[in-house]
Amino acid sequence: MSTLSERILGATAGEYVDHKVDRAYVCDGTGMLTLETWKRMGAARLADASCLHVFFDHIVPANNSTTATLQHELREFANSSFLSLSDIGGGICHQVMSEGIVLPGEVVVGADSHSCTPGAFGAFSTGVGATDMAAIWLTGETWFRVPDSIGLHLSGSLHGAAEAKDLALSYVNRLGMDGGTYCALEFVGEGAKTLQMDERLTLCNMAVETGAKTGMFYADDITVSYLAAKGQKVSAQVPESCTYIRNLEIDLADIVPVIAVPHRVDTIKPVQDLAGLPLDQVFVGTCTNGRYSDLARLAKIVKGGKVAVRTIVVPASRQVLADAARTGILSDLISAGCTIGTPGCGPCLGAHMGVLGEGEVCLSTANRNFRNRMGVGGEIYLSSVATAAASALKGEITEPEVA
Amino acid sequence: MQGSGHAVCLGADIDTDLVIAGRYLRTKDHSLWVAHVFEDLDSAIAPRLKGAVIVAGKNFGCGSSREQAAIAIHEAGVVAVIAPSFARIFFRNAINIGLPVIECSVTCTANQNVRFDLAEGWVEAAGKKYPIRPLSPRMQEILAAGGLVNYWKAHP
Ligand code: SF4
Repeated sequence: MSTLSERILGATAGEYVDHKVDRAYVCDGTGMLTLETWKRMGAARLADASCLHVFFDHIVPANNSTTATLQHELREFANSSFLSLSDIGGGICHQVMSEGIVLPGEVVVGADSHSCTPGAFGAFSTGVGATDMAAIWLTGETWFRVPDSIGLHLSGSLHGAAEAKDLALSYVNRLGMDGGTYCALEFVGEGAKTLQMDERLTLCNMAVETGAKTGMFYADDITVSYLAAKGQKVSAQVPESCTYIRNLEIDLADIVPVIAVPHRVDTIKPVQDLAGLPLDQVFVGTCTNGRYSDLARLAKIVKGGKVAVRTIVVPASRQVLADAARTGILSDLISAGCTIGTPGCGPCLGAHMGVLGEGEVCLSTANRNFRNRMGVGGEIYLSSVATAAASALKGEITEPEVA
Repeated sequence: MQGSGHAVCLGADIDTDLVIAGRYLRTKDHSLWVAHVFEDLDSAIAPRLKGAVIVAGKNFGCGSSREQAAIAIHEAGVVAVIAPSFARIFFRNAINIGLPVIECSVTCTANQNVRFDLAEGWVEAAGKKYPIRPLSPRMQEILAAGGLVNYWKAHP
């Protein structure tokens, strides 16, 4: 009787295991440090290169010549060593890994904290730093402490204007910024089965905001058909009864639109309490909420109107952008006055393209509102896509209307 | 491993963006990270880090996986970081670059001397000894080697 983490890692919570990794990925930032460290380790070996992925997503296209030179070095290495390379415009690492690469039951590591995202497929997927990743490049394996698991028992279904993001912000609020430290979050129960893959990815993405090692859903029919559409044939996972160190009961019908206020992700307020707060920028995108269904919800709300504040929309991947172009929602967004960025992280990490000025206020669909993250002196409020869309039209924080 | 230093007290939930901001990451020049360590938290901290033991609140190093955060603290001359709990990626990163991180609840008084002995499993501050949560044998080996690079050089 095991948790999903115990089952995948093949040991009991609390034990240390050495485990082969099925997929290991880095981004343009952590990749450079990984490459440097791998060389310092002697660069004697490289694990199966087909399992090693490199993504250019954080600062793309390069913002200055220093970044460009560092990216050039990593790109040359990836090409010459036959690593799987997703160059600029391909999209955010976690999203691309979620478009048919990560499969249920796999062990996945990414050199980025939001590598918990693909846990939505029933994989054990977690973040590591550059030095751990360099050792993984050498050997193809790493050590893990098998985590205890926290059960988030979902019942009912989301209704009204509430989105998976509101649920994510709500569970982070309930657990707190360290409530999941060293643990895995398992999203289970009848309510879990009502959530689509995009929603599950949003929920697993924010697991690390509680300190958790990963967030996981058991692969079910929704997972199987999502991956089948990407050409991957997989089977569902059947949950066993198991012991969680903590249980959280959440009725999805209780979830309402909320906003995380500066500078803590776990501090939330109902949107209505902040209604009328003037905004300088709205940002829709990131590994939390930059998927096709997110852009489609945004387009549905702003279509035919005009945004009243600068609104930056960054598709999470080239696939998302292509789908948005094909279905016409991209032109709806452009007509409504949105600015479209290169698929990738965009302004999320405050390095380029949409950096906030001193005292500016941004409503963002991202996962972090840490002090100065998007620019020194800027204030970041985090919300769902529907809240961001309604707020963009008014230029101030606005409650989303029930669809 | 043993060590000691003067205490620098920090609060809870210090995220890695506060340790080193995203705008300074794109370089191989570690001195840039040292120059800007904790800049967005409190620019008065940096000059006090040499020979210091950071005594922080819970969940130290949460947020981004950026290893530059651990490197900046280490290369600024910090001897060890003590906190009741750490974000796990920061914790691994710190061990991997040879920065001792110690899970322990210590009452912090600025500039007081703090001593620790990892093998014996204690921290001492203001004459009071506190037990620590021990590191796994593997982590102790990595730390003793001075980090994972040296560990790999020794175990090719
Ligand atoms: S979108 Fe933001 S949170 Fe996600 S990987 Fe990029 S920088 Fe990190």
